[in-house]
Amino acid sequence: MSDEKNDKEYWSANLRIIMWSLVIWALVSFGFGILLRPLLSGIAVGGADLGFWFAQQGSILVFLALIFNYAWRMNKLDREYGVDEQ
Amino acid sequence: MDQFTINLLFVGASFALYIGIAIWARAGSTSEFYAAGRGVHPVTNGMATAADWMSAASFISMAGLIAFTGYDNSSFLMGWTGGYVLLALLLAPYLRKFGKFTVSEFIGDRFYSSTARMVAVICLIVASTTYVIGQMTGVGVAFGRFLEVSNTAGLLIGACVVFAYAVFGGMKGVTYTQVAQYVVLILAYTIPAIFISLQLTGNPIPGLGLFGDHQASGEPLLTKLDAIVTDLGFNEYTMHHADTLNMVLFTLSLMIGTAGLPHVIMRFFTVPKVSDARWSAGWALVFIALLYLTAPAVGAMARLNITEMFWPNGTENAAVSVETIQSDPNYDWMLTWQKTGLLDWEDKNGDGMIQYYNDGSEAMAATAAANGWVGNELTNFNRDILVLANPEIANLPGWVIGLVAAGGLAAALSTAAGLLLAISSAVSHDLLKGQLTPNISEKNELLAARIAMAVAIAIATYLGLNPPGFAAQTVALAFGLAAASIFPALMMGIFSTRINNRGAVAGMLAGLIVTLIYIFLHKGWFFIPGTNSFTDADPLLGTIKSTSFGAIGAAINFTVAYVVTGMTKEIPREIRELVESVRVPRGAGAAQADH
Repeated sequence: MSDEKNDKEYWSANLRIIMWSLVIWALVSFGFGILLRPLLSGIAVGGADLGFWFAQQGSILVFLALIFNYAWRMNKLDREYGVDEQ
Repeated sequence: MDQFTINLLFVGASFALYIGIAIWARAGSTSEFYAAGRGVHPVTNGMATAADWMSAASFISMAGLIAFTGYDNSSFLMGWTGGYVLLALLLAPYLRKFGKFTVSEFIGDRFYSSTARMVAVICLIVASTTYVIGQMTGVGVAFGRFLEVSNTAGLLIGACVVFAYAVFGGMKGVTYTQVAQYVVLILAYTIPAIFISLQLTGNPIPGLGLFGDHQASGEPLLTKLDAIVTDLGFNEYTMHHADTLNMVLFTLSLMIGTAGLPHVIMRFFTVPKVSDARWSAGWALVFIALLYLTAPAVGAMARLNITEMFWPNGTENAAVSVETIQSDPNYDWMLTWQKTGLLDWEDKNGDGMIQYYNDGSEAMAATAAANGWVGNELTNFNRDILVLANPEIANLPGWVIGLVAAGGLAAALSTAAGLLLAISSAVSHDLLKGQLTPNISEKNELLAARIAMAVAIAIATYLGLNPPGFAAQTVALAFGLAAASIFPALMMGIFSTRINNRGAVAGMLAGLIVTLIYIFLHKGWFFIPGTNSFTDADPLLGTIKSTSFGAIGAAINFTVAYVVTGMTKEIPREIRELVESVRVPRGAGAAQADH
């Protein structure tokens, strides 16, 4: 049954990565892009403010980083726990 | 060469390319038809996913929506890309591991219920059909404008091309044509944007030019834009004017809806491995971001260009004269677009000039009275023409206009093909093989899939020719259904080992029905005008518009599923094992062994 325990640990490691990724996902879009925009209004970015930049470009760039980071870390995790496809 | 010949050349060459690919990539088995034999490289799949996802709405409409509203419409940018984070983290790898052909098949197997599968099939068919109408209408518009053929002829040509590669090639043909279509559409979108960004800011990268300086005035581009639009009584471009709660819910609904749209999810069935599905979602967003990072620049720069065209000497001086519009070649685009009925102006006060300003603004009333203006004289400016007319407005060479024509068609056709594939696989695989005739042979199933596809194309073409009055409204319906029914069911199927058949069915139906009722209350029952009790300007619940309700529908789905599961029997052991096996990639290759 060590296989089952191994799979459980693998799954909780996955859930941790997902949780942190989603926290960042929400922070840059709903946070910096919308709700926290007034707090960032002092930081000017080319004719607008940081919140405007996050809403129109920054959040998309962070989304990209999140997905590639997830793919890289999970593919590594697969090998560490011996659950990869080879 | 005149513009018509150039357009014909670009569109003709792109169509010849798609047909050539269709002949090369014919599907011989159901696995090839539904999942391209699961042999698609993750980068290739990412590119095809990008073309599949970016529809006429992304290519033609989005920049216009941003241009005339500014910051408040950032929801489209964040919503339509943020969904890919959910897709990559919460759905794609596990559904690839599951290793079957359709989204509804997973829901049916995981919740051991053919009712659940049928609810998913119905949501899928309704969402995809409403979505495809918009694409077909877009094909008609692009043809009508650029090739000067009638709407009908244009639509029929488009339908024949889709027929050629989708019916014969299935997912395999669609995948490789989508790659070609992506290349065409991204060139068509970015090349004019680069030219315009160079003209206005001197920066060749539009996304950077947006935050750069406006060369003519030396001010930052966005400062300049804010100043010129407020002078004319419009809202400041970069400021937040919309209701915050509604903006958050709308963005979230677009994200969840994106992740729940079946034609996007099924693209991840085509890659060889689970790890490839993870990479592929990232590549899809890279290719999507190339357009989405450019779109806000296109919107802002076009708004500035258009406003300056009407006020060539600044907003303090005289507006453009009717005579200039008629005779100056720089204004030719206005005459061409006036013919389509999507652009119009009228010299209301008879002063020989066209004053473009916000006549709904109280602050402008005094200025207007002092100058003898009696109303905004740019009487009609359809937002959808912005991207298509942009190269003409900026006075770019003829070949750029031809390229944009081919790009608009590529965006509409690639999405239409993906949707038609989702519909035909739901009919042949879920309805026929899964429900009505389980013993159907592979050869007959493949034939059924092709017939279903042909019928779907015929229906889509008919609806494109006779668009129901509610065509524009139904996009909200597609996203609402995907967000309220499909996404939560898939997510619970993977992340919960407890949710049972009854919980899932009750949750999907509750999310679906409440969302539908909320949309119908605001848009009219079955979209029949006049039968609505509320409007999106004054919605039932606080400030929540019907387009933003998908996120609430999803929350209802989750809640009902948990409550009903708690009251009914535990899930069988083999289903628990199925969930546990979906969670680990080990053994995913086995799904490939059957062909």
